[in-house]
Amino acid sequence: MIEVQGLTKRYGEKLAVSELSFTVRPGIVTGFLGPNGSGKSTTMRMIVGLDQPSEGSVLINGQRYRDVRAPLCEVGALLEARSVHTGRSAYNHLLALAQTHGIPRRRVGDVIELVGLAGVARKRAGGFSLGMGQRLGIAAALLGDPGTLILDEPVNGLDPEGIRWIRTLLQDLAAQGRTVLVSSHLMSEMALTAEHLVVIGQGRLIADMSVADFVAGASENVVHVRSPRAAQLRDLLLSADVTIRADGADVLEVSGLPSDRIGAIAAAAGIALSELTPRQASLEEAFMALTHDAVEYHGGSASALPHQPGDGSAQTAGGARLETHGAGARS
Amino acid sequence: MTTVTDVGPARGELTAQAGYGVTQRRVLHSEWTKLRSLRSTLFSLLAAIVFVVALGILISWAQASHWDQESPIDRLTFDPTNTSLSGVFLAQLAIGVLGVLMFSGEYGTGMIRATITAVPHRLPVLWAKSIVFAVVTFVLMTVSSFVAFVGGQAMLSSKHIDTTLGHPGVLTAVFGGGLYLTVVALLGVALGALVRSTAGGIATLFGVLLILPLIVNFLPSSWSHNIDPYLPSSAGQAVFTVVRESSSLGPWTGLLLFCGYAAVLLAAAAVVLRRRDA
Repeated sequence: MIEVQGLTKRYGEKLAVSELSFTVRPGIVTGFLGPNGSGKSTTMRMIVGLDQPSEGSVLINGQRYRDVRAPLCEVGALLEARSVHTGRSAYNHLLALAQTHGIPRRRVGDVIELVGLAGVARKRAGGFSLGMGQRLGIAAALLGDPGTLILDEPVNGLDPEGIRWIRTLLQDLAAQGRTVLVSSHLMSEMALTAEHLVVIGQGRLIADMSVADFVAGASENVVHVRSPRAAQLRDLLLSADVTIRADGADVLEVSGLPSDRIGAIAAAAGIALSELTPRQASLEEAFMALTHDAVEYHGGSASALPHQPGDGSAQTAGGARLETHGAGARS
Repeated sequence: MTTVTDVGPARGELTAQAGYGVTQRRVLHSEWTKLRSLRSTLFSLLAAIVFVVALGILISWAQASHWDQESPIDRLTFDPTNTSLSGVFLAQLAIGVLGVLMFSGEYGTGMIRATITAVPHRLPVLWAKSIVFAVVTFVLMTVSSFVAFVGGQAMLSSKHIDTTLGHPGVLTAVFGGGLYLTVVALLGVALGALVRSTAGGIATLFGVLLILPLIVNFLPSSWSHNIDPYLPSSAGQAVFTVVRESSSLGPWTGLLLFCGYAAVLLAAAAVVLRRRDA
């Protein structure tokens, strides 16, 4: 459990993080999203005590990070930039970290095996590829068998195999009851990995909700209709709650009506449909809509997303189905 | 590399075993591992040993072979102990750079983030790096000084201008070679933590140790005579000098002052390390 309370970080005049409050719960993967420069890394650095908050606090299982007796056994962190001396071997890097806690050598061998670096453990870390470097960072994070894991952009620059490995690993760690906070700017990745989302923009909290709610609420769900008699159908469908956008001579984008109703109305009028496709906004689109708002924070643009603070609605099914074009899931 | 789904012992199995946690002793152990696991450390230490021993013997040999051409005043102020320890002046480069790298190497590579995440109190890291590197330097450089002294005196004995450890101040001076370099090591560690960059740390350290005395030398002589003995370099070097100028500090007074400079820098490093964002 990570509790972030009123966290603020100022660099001179600039506010990097502003009165940020959220809770990361155990047992699920929580995605930490935001555009570049939104304060994700700064927040994560404050969680593990690398940066001092200007205001506010972070508690890990009720304790400040600095007061934890065995930090590596409480929190495992993989931070964005590499945190390894390039001249030291992977094995000695992990051994030196383990020794600060009295963690036995056996565990160093175990985590090296676990992340698949056994073949290169005695080689200088400076020669590692990006993927190997990430694996070494994850080995360091797992060294103390921590109950909480914090990973900043863990899939950055990884090949598909590496991405799949991390995705599985994170879900397994969460399934074991650990608290997992993972930042990313890859929304599609979050859809497959995370169950809950904390979204920030310009250092402020934008959303704290389940992935399912996030997508459902993010933007209108549209039904894509194609018909030779589109203009005629358009008049039949129009009502107060329904908005229709014509897209070419025979295509309609209908929002506010489920696809089965549209099909029924068309059938009743004897209008043939050549296409009837419900389209749910992808997480990517939802995120774009949100961050667009964040960027235009002062512009007063119409909000596409209802602000919905976290209310424990995370018990919905995991992300995979979110990318399919299922029936409108608006709740 | 295969997909790994087994993430090790089930949650809590490892931490349930009592006794894991950060202690000063464990951080010392960790820093010792860090020191010995870098090739650059080993090369630098080897260089320092070679500098002290080889240069001391070489210069002693040169002095002996040219003794007959030396002027009477040079013969009068000749310091056989200091001559055989002249390699210390070169070795301080290797030791000082290595000291700076103890921290700046970690800031440069990002290792410092891993270090400080593991030891969030931070100060145990400063003390551990200081102690580990000071002990290693003291042991290696004291032994090297004795070897250089014995080898150097063997060269000087051809002209019967050698000395022995039994002469007043000589034993102190030979130990002083190791002690001086140990304090240089600590100055380097502190500067590395303060400045964080390797280039900046090295420039500061040798600006103070090598350049500052030169600049003071340009001052009117009545000023420079009053300032020079208290410079870190002059104060520190007094401990391995047997035949000294009247204005210079005694060996132990000089070393004490030199240690004082190091203590001030280490205290500043502690404050900065604790306060600044990593």
